[in-house]
Amino acid sequence: MKASQFHPQTRRVFLGKTTQGLGAVALASLTGTSLMQGAPASGVLGTLPLPQKAKRVIWLSMAGGPSHLETFDPKPKLAEMDGQPMPESFTKGQQLAQLQGQKLNCFGPQHGFEKFGKNQTEICNLFPQIGSVLDEICLVRSMTTDAINHDPAHMFMNTGSQIAGRPSMGSWVTYGLGSEAADLPGFVVLTSLGKGGQNQPIASRQWSSGFLPSRYQGVQLRSKGDPVLYLGNPPGITLDQQGSDVDAINALNRQHAKLVDDPEIATRIAQYEMAFQMQASVPELMNVTGENAATLELYGCQPGDGSFASNCLLARRLAERGVRFIQLYHKDWDHHGGIKQGVALKAAEIDRACMALITDLKQRGMLDSTLIVWAGEFGRTPMSQGGSGRDHHNKAMSVWLSGAGVQGGLVYGATDELGYAAVEDVATVHDLHATMLNQLGIKHDAFTVKFQGLDAKLSGVEGGKVLKKVLT
Amino acid sequence: MKTSSLICLLAFASPVAATSFGATVPTAGKVEFNRDIRPILSDNCFHCHGPDQNHRKAKLRLDVREAAIEKKAFVPGNAEESELLKRLVSTDHDELMPPPDSNKTLTTDQKETLKRWIQQGAEYQAHWSYVSPKKESIPNGRQAVDELVHRRLAVVGLKPSAEADRRTLIRRLYSDLIGLPPSPAEVSAFVADLAPDAYSKLVERILESPHYGERMAQGWLDVVRFADTIGYHSDNPRNVWPYRDWVIKSFNENKRFDRFTLEQVAGDLLPDADRESRVGSAFNRLILSTEEGGAQPKDYELRMLTDRVRSIGAAWLGQTTGCAQCHDHKFDPITAKDFYSLGAFFADIKEPILGKREDGMILATPEQEQKLATLDRTLADAKKKYDAIIPQLDAAQKLWEAEPETLSGTLPELDKNTKVSPADKKTAQLAASALRKEEKSRSAKEKKEIQTYFRTLATNVFTTERDALAHAEKERLDYYQPLTKCLTTTGTEDKRVVRILARGNFLDETGEVVKAALPHYLPQPKIEGREPNRLDLAQWLVSRENPLTARTVVNRMWKQFFGTGLSKVLDDLGAQGETPPNAALLDWLACEFMDSGWDVKHIVRTIVSSATYKQTSNGTQELIAADPYNRELARQSAFRFDAELVRDNALKVSGLLAPTVGGPSVKPYQPERYWENLNFPAREYPADKGENQYRRGLYTWWQRSFLHPSMLAFDAPSREEACAERNRSNIPQQALVLLNDPTYVEAARTFAGRILSECKGTTSQRISWAFERALQRSPRAEELTTMQSLLEKQTAVYQLNPPAAESLLQTGLAPAPEALDKTELAAWVHVARVLLNLHESITRA
Repeated sequence: MKASQFHPQTRRVFLGKTTQGLGAVALASLTGTSLMQGAPASGVLGTLPLPQKAKRVIWLSMAGGPSHLETFDPKPKLAEMDGQPMPESFTKGQQLAQLQGQKLNCFGPQHGFEKFGKNQTEICNLFPQIGSVLDEICLVRSMTTDAINHDPAHMFMNTGSQIAGRPSMGSWVTYGLGSEAADLPGFVVLTSLGKGGQNQPIASRQWSSGFLPSRYQGVQLRSKGDPVLYLGNPPGITLDQQGSDVDAINALNRQHAKLVDDPEIATRIAQYEMAFQMQASVPELMNVTGENAATLELYGCQPGDGSFASNCLLARRLAERGVRFIQLYHKDWDHHGGIKQGVALKAAEIDRACMALITDLKQRGMLDSTLIVWAGEFGRTPMSQGGSGRDHHNKAMSVWLSGAGVQGGLVYGATDELGYAAVEDVATVHDLHATMLNQLGIKHDAFTVKFQGLDAKLSGVEGGKVLKKVLT
Repeated sequence: MKTSSLICLLAFASPVAATSFGATVPTAGKVEFNRDIRPILSDNCFHCHGPDQNHRKAKLRLDVREAAIEKKAFVPGNAEESELLKRLVSTDHDELMPPPDSNKTLTTDQKETLKRWIQQGAEYQAHWSYVSPKKESIPNGRQAVDELVHRRLAVVGLKPSAEADRRTLIRRLYSDLIGLPPSPAEVSAFVADLAPDAYSKLVERILESPHYGERMAQGWLDVVRFADTIGYHSDNPRNVWPYRDWVIKSFNENKRFDRFTLEQVAGDLLPDADRESRVGSAFNRLILSTEEGGAQPKDYELRMLTDRVRSIGAAWLGQTTGCAQCHDHKFDPITAKDFYSLGAFFADIKEPILGKREDGMILATPEQEQKLATLDRTLADAKKKYDAIIPQLDAAQKLWEAEPETLSGTLPELDKNTKVSPADKKTAQLAASALRKEEKSRSAKEKKEIQTYFRTLATNVFTTERDALAHAEKERLDYYQPLTKCLTTTGTEDKRVVRILARGNFLDETGEVVKAALPHYLPQPKIEGREPNRLDLAQWLVSRENPLTARTVVNRMWKQFFGTGLSKVLDDLGAQGETPPNAALLDWLACEFMDSGWDVKHIVRTIVSSATYKQTSNGTQELIAADPYNRELARQSAFRFDAELVRDNALKVSGLLAPTVGGPSVKPYQPERYWENLNFPAREYPADKGENQYRRGLYTWWQRSFLHPSMLAFDAPSREEACAERNRSNIPQQALVLLNDPTYVEAARTFAGRILSECKGTTSQRISWAFERALQRSPRAEELTTMQSLLEKQTAVYQLNPPAAESLLQTGLAPAPEALDKTELAAWVHVARVLLNLHESITRA
């Protein structure tokens, strides 16, 4: 069935028919599979048109907008021109954020670069651990985006649109493919805060299912309090007692279902069972004390510390349990000032964890089937802001991909000599989404849902292109 | 019957039915352009051969008959000779239509339909919703809704269902019209009332309830995207809740929908503009805005304009206008020029493009206004006296500045040993660095900093005048701050320039400048010699000639009472929406709405008084098979309560509900750290205490970026964009909310307390009493058994562990009844929560 022909009520009708004749069978089949999202394990796409290289995605969102000039894009020429006026030929008539209308001076890269990997690719020397697995990574130095403020830029990166109300990519993917997780959400979001103390707001719309059914929305796993909202029993009620109540609720619902025609009752019964199962499965997931010392050492995290490294470890555990789309937000990358120290702090927080995630997945034979994407919401200006920082910038940014059919060790695309704009193999956010969908076995331009009269796509109405050179 | 349902089943198995979900009329007979052909052409062809001239391929358009014939797309009456059909079946990839890379394919049935249509003469029809609705005549004594539904049922071969039982009817009416469950007494009174007008008396009584306005407001607040916060980035609060109360009051007073419209779009421009109409004009301010540093004015000017156009399109016109922000619409006749011209109506609104919204209009009582005026006068007096001493102050400052200590910037506040507030220290620091500069080289800002320091900290002359001013300022501010305020619309002559922005690019300043104008493809009023304004727009929205507004509004109302609109896609009555299976009914209601003078209660009454509305929602197997989505209305539909009503029901059943109508938004319990991703500033969430903890769901603080998670779980929209139709999902998070959210635990324990203190009977009598409260019916035998054994089990647990009972009873702020045995009460909490969790409890049948 083509997604565009899928109607959300199809399932309702299916249940409607079965509850009238085969109620018991329908229920058994429901409780056996992925009910967490109420979605069939196969998703709406059924048989996939393309080979599925990636079974799941781990998306590392570096919130705030990491500077490509202090991470993955070396610019010796910019170093030479440090302090000199930015040539007007680069910036005239361009959209800038806080630097709009100000005097623009070049600001050299604040850290050195070193060569890593078989291809001796230069990346910033703050990231030696990532450097050590660079042969598993494809750097894209020519990424661009449409938006230049955090909120719209996150929206664009997550949904392919700057208008609220569109589904996020995790929702699209679980809608299309379903989830293999028996008792966990198919789309999970984790956030961590850096030591820099910036706390750029991130709205829950970033993991909203938009116009897709709510069961595809991202579920946030929190490191403090209930990991999932309302997961814990009320005080004075044990899990056993809760189970008795759920049994009674479902017994009464079943009795009611015999008397009325309402297929939603069967679904409701299944959702109560699933909720109850989650009350056990989520704490089990979050409890990393069973991980061996070598693994904890690899990631360099303490159980329950809420760090990015801990979230990377949880991402692996989620991946193992069949979760389809795992998105990690790590904040604190908004370096309008103090970028030198700021990026160093960030690097210390993520460098080892990124390496560990890639290494761990590889050791477990899962890297081949997991697509990892590392990306901010935009890049930063080669011009100085206030003498120690960089402003938002949408003409150039660096992202990287790893695993699932991605060519390791490759550098794709390039910016101009000052790192102002992508000039070679210019890539867009739509292209990134198209490439991701492609690896998941989905034809991105055929994966559509009717919304406001339009065949809405994650990869945009105008369409992105699969970045074929990035892939094996 | 049997044959027709078989045909329908087959039809549903084929994707043709995907375009229309009504029961299918047998395939022989006349093909109708609007119903049968336009959906196929629109979805498959208009993208390249439709209204958008910039994107049109081969200069061929298929949306205009003459143009299509001229380009020889088809020969009316001769399907064999028609290029269109040849292209559909071509084996040549370059010839085939739609082209393979469009990922579009037509089914055999669709091709067959096109063929028959051409054979029959390829007649076009104007798009149904752009033509004035026609009112079918209804025989005397017939209920119009029923007459039109039955006519359609006869065509599709279905029969209406029986009337629902009385308990179901009163529960349905309460849910649909006030959103609260009836009490057992109200149900039994209605069941016992055998008078022929029992039902209509009930309807009239409910329509007079102050909760009617609350229920009706909910859907409207969704389409106008009412929320307490600005939306983008820091998502800070703004003052708009009085608008919500204005909506509730308007429905309660049955304000005519035309006036309701005028006040919202142009409440400031009305000849009789008053405080009320100005509060209505807050509608124009419900857009998203940002306080993010580095945001570009042009960028947000565009966002605000497009936000407003989309909202008018969704709320009144049933048109998806968003596409035309970048290019002419591909399916509907709205052009980019139409889009920006519509936006230009709002170019006069005085408002900051970036940054914090203003406080808004003060909505004070006469006493408050008087008091504020007094404070203003006191302040003015103090200011006057202060101004009088300024020359002397300046002279004193000159002397002070000449002192060597001052000149060197050695100020007492900067001494390590002086205790001083951080604010004063900052003032002193600024002054000190300015003082160290040569007088000539000090900037105006620096001079001001010195002056501020001198006047607030350094000098001890004229303390009386200075203290009096500071005091008057503070008193005025303290009184002003808690006063109710509301953003409203104020127009200015200095309008923003609106250009057509190619591809929506705000940096492009080459586009044509446009003036306010109405969409070219719809009937226009005569406005000569001046540019039309917002009042003209508002009047046009609710003019008799406008074919869209009445249809859009009654279609949404229909959804409230049947679960689905007459035309299924509530925000799109355009080409990509759905031609209503029963167009005559939608048109009749739209005409009746206008004929009645836009009387909302009249339409509500007409719908809920119909036999169609009163049918049972329990369909027979044949009926469900023939019409699975109930588009033909041969029965009612059962559907889950909206998020707000799920909450309201639990609060009402438990006895916790505070029925107060209106007031500032409230904060129900919310998990800790739920707002941890909000910043600038970081936000605390102090849950309300007292009555405000138990208010109806619609009063919940609407934080756009982090809507209350219990509301979100039940599909309440974030209201960042107009939402004409909410999702109606069934997800495990809903179970977690009803089981574990303290609101529902507290409701269950309060309900349990009532069961034990208000019913002094046996266990089974108490269970029955609880069923009556929660479901307005007695338990069936097996339900009673299930509940009894649950009670025994839970009692045993608490008898072994009394402290567990104690802690359960402490959930929430409501006091636990002292007189009751805690173990027994705790066990009954489980019975109560099972009832509140039932599917039946949160379903309107």
